[in-house]
Amino acid sequence: MRKIIGIGVAAAASALLLAGCSGGSTAEQTADSSAELVIWTDQEREAAITAAAKAFEEETGAKVTLVQKNFEDLRNDFISQVPTGEGPDITVGSHDWLGALVAAGVVDTIDLGEKAAEFEPVAIEAMTYDGQLYALPYSLETVALVQNVDLVGADAPATWDEMIQKGLAAGTERPFVINTAGETGDGYTMYGFQTSFGAPVFVQDSSGSYTNEVGMGGAAGEAFAQWLHANGSAGTGYLSTTIDYDINNELFASGKAPYTVQGPWAISSFPDVNVAVNPIPSAGGQPAAPFVGVQGFYLSSQSKNALLAQEFLVNYLGTEDAQRALYEADPRIPAWTSLADEVASDPIIAGFLASSKNGVPMPSIPEMGSVWDFWNAAESQIISGADPSGTWNKMITDLQGTLAG
Amino acid sequence: MAQPQVLTPPSRPPRESHARSWRGIGWGFIVKLIVMGLINALGIMAILSAFSAQSWILLGVTAALVLAADVVYFTKRALPLKYLMPGLVFLLVFQVFVFGYTAYIAFTNYGTGHAGSQEQAVDAALIQGERRIEGSETYPLSVVERFGEYGLAINDDGDVRVGSAASPLTDVGTAPAGQAPASVDGWTVVPRTQVITDQELQATIEALRVPFSDDPNDGSIRTRDGSTGVLYTPTMVWDAEAGTITDTVNGTVYTADDATGSFVADDGTRLPAGWYVNVGFDNFLRVFTDPSLAGPLLSVTGWTFAFAAGSVVISFGLGLVFALVFNDPRVRARKYLRTLIILPYAFPAFMSALLFRGMFNAEFGVINDLFFFGSQINWLGDPWLAKAAVLWVNVWLSFPYWFLVCTGALQALPSDTLEAASIDGAGRWRQFRSIVLPLLLVSTAPLAISSFAFSFNNFTVIYMFNAGGPAIPGAPYTLGSTDILISAIYRVSGVAGGAADYGLASALSIIVFIVVGVISAIAFRQTRKLEEFQ
Repeated sequence: MRKIIGIGVAAAASALLLAGCSGGSTAEQTADSSAELVIWTDQEREAAITAAAKAFEEETGAKVTLVQKNFEDLRNDFISQVPTGEGPDITVGSHDWLGALVAAGVVDTIDLGEKAAEFEPVAIEAMTYDGQLYALPYSLETVALVQNVDLVGADAPATWDEMIQKGLAAGTERPFVINTAGETGDGYTMYGFQTSFGAPVFVQDSSGSYTNEVGMGGAAGEAFAQWLHANGSAGTGYLSTTIDYDINNELFASGKAPYTVQGPWAISSFPDVNVAVNPIPSAGGQPAAPFVGVQGFYLSSQSKNALLAQEFLVNYLGTEDAQRALYEADPRIPAWTSLADEVASDPIIAGFLASSKNGVPMPSIPEMGSVWDFWNAAESQIISGADPSGTWNKMITDLQGTLAG
Repeated sequence: MAQPQVLTPPSRPPRESHARSWRGIGWGFIVKLIVMGLINALGIMAILSAFSAQSWILLGVTAALVLAADVVYFTKRALPLKYLMPGLVFLLVFQVFVFGYTAYIAFTNYGTGHAGSQEQAVDAALIQGERRIEGSETYPLSVVERFGEYGLAINDDGDVRVGSAASPLTDVGTAPAGQAPASVDGWTVVPRTQVITDQELQATIEALRVPFSDDPNDGSIRTRDGSTGVLYTPTMVWDAEAGTITDTVNGTVYTADDATGSFVADDGTRLPAGWYVNVGFDNFLRVFTDPSLAGPLLSVTGWTFAFAAGSVVISFGLGLVFALVFNDPRVRARKYLRTLIILPYAFPAFMSALLFRGMFNAEFGVINDLFFFGSQINWLGDPWLAKAAVLWVNVWLSFPYWFLVCTGALQALPSDTLEAASIDGAGRWRQFRSIVLPLLLVSTAPLAISSFAFSFNNFTVIYMFNAGGPAIPGAPYTLGSTDILISAIYRVSGVAGGAADYGLASALSIIVFIVVGVISAIAFRQTRKLEEFQ
């Protein structure tokens, strides 16, 4: 008898608990008759997207859910979760992920129609892969020459030699400082100087798309390697593998170096410096073209709300107000042309904008993923005094071997 | 020898097992009931969500586990299981399942180019191949419906034209230019809010293509947002019967190849998106047969052993020395000093490694400035100095652990044995060598094995301190001179570069697991010999 009572109590207690737990979940299921958009974003952009999402919710009755993630995790998570059906409808991302996303088959094309003309051409170009547009761009970023006005004035030096002369004349500890990510090497930050020798990382075809043909070899590449060596530890010492991102910013902020190459994200590290931003000077005679990175919004190929997501992207995020909100939440160079012109009244943004006009989009082909490690390591070794031509050509051969295999 | 104890008979009969002594509903039972109720509720919630996600395996396992828990805790038998069950469940979920899943991935080519099913790869090819016709206008559009069939109505400069998947566009009237048709003869206009909020309808409309005319070369109207229409033309055609995708622009035929999980043309070119397939032992074979993979992994294996063994031996030695020193009653303020010694262990390894990276900087680092009088010792750029530096960091992080362990073990040593030794005339060193160390090793050797295994896979320190640098000139995958196996696997598998090969990474991880497992097993067998000292 007691046993029966015990079981009865057990069943009743379980049932009560179950009722308590399931109350929440069934309510959710019934209320969710209308469609729901899931958007992955990082912390910086969350607030801006929230505003656009609110307007969208009011007008369409759809629900928008924002999921905040680390920006670094977005790419791999998007690739692994979209095929399982658990992925988002839209994610924030960088344009250089595009090749990997296309190979994984997780992104859908988008159609901006006439709106495409409202964006900077370089942004649209960056988000285009094999002639198809895959994302709504919203911001550009690039590196530029950042200089300390109190030490060297605001005028842009035209060449590397002129900059070094002015830097030496300023009488600081170093004439110039650049981040090499310590021993790792940093081909990204150095790329403006590399392109001034006419040695792009990949050859671009007539339409501006990157081919998988490595363009860093030959005489131009060797000239750049020689230049690295001549300014590295075996030469003048202006380039040094002891400089990482934080040390670079520290040296510039404390006035120990009047010039550095940095992106807009680092400006907040120089609160006490009177800063001017100019295009990168040429070291090899040709214009210095740094990498331009573009951020935008990708649409999942497995989205169950394709029309709704497209509508949100093109007609809500693809408006000047939404782009302005994004800019105010996270001040990067806007990809929306009229907005870019408007914020160019800020001299710092204007400087980066001018630098991006010279720039080239970072390659988004999947092969780019294999380049970084080889490229960074070779630059770091040459700056540390390794044989320039030999190291550089070995790197090209290894890279071509990896790309072929 | 001590006299054998005389056993006294038990004063009362042995108690009944407490699992069987049910004395009605007590507080204990009520608590158990509440806890079990919670567990059941959680389990049923998991089962329901597994059901809605259609993951049947998860559903089955969860149901079995919940049922097993109920049986174990409400039966009067199975007392040992009542204690073992939680541990077994955690073992199953967090160890066996994770390992099993890794093993499963190791036999596939799952990675960036092979992320989904074949159906998804076909979808991707069709999506990527469907192109907007050059110079196509963007027409204002309405979604229309007739007898369950959906169609699209566009406003072509004032002419309303309507059609469906089966019938090309035909003129049906006029409307003010630039507006979506508000009414269409013979069709019902579906309200826009309904179009974009109804999931099933969205899928239908998204897939709807209305031929512009009888000539397929004119393309089809397609809507991307339910309010505008644009002419698209497919450049890829999927033939499910033959399992081929044909590129209509240049006539290339890509055939589904189930062995590699890609669509391959006759000349060997592939479509970018593939699907993941079982590749058998290919990933494991690659490790041993692909020279560009086997060579570098072997070269880092040597350093991995040196790093792991060095970390354990040096930290153990250092920890033991400190433990001996601070175990001496003549040292004052031992409590505070011990606390200080433990500090590095209390610091997060992430932070320490990053701080040391800065401190070892050749030009600005505090180590060169303070200890080497401003000389430029290239700690991070020279392969051997970098190895020494990373070993130093790991020792710094782990010697307090050994200090703690050895302090505990020293305090547990029998003092009479040591007294007897000193009476017999053994010196300090002799006592340490013949009594203290052997007895200490009995309790610390198993910990040394686990510490070795931990250092063997200590990705955090390597990655945070110098990311395995400096790079070995000309090494494949740009392996660095301080890369250990696990960080080399991270580089080889390409996860960081965005071209991840999870299949290969899983296979390599399993090989490392086997290596560490074998070493640990052998070492544990060896430590049994130490127990003779007991």
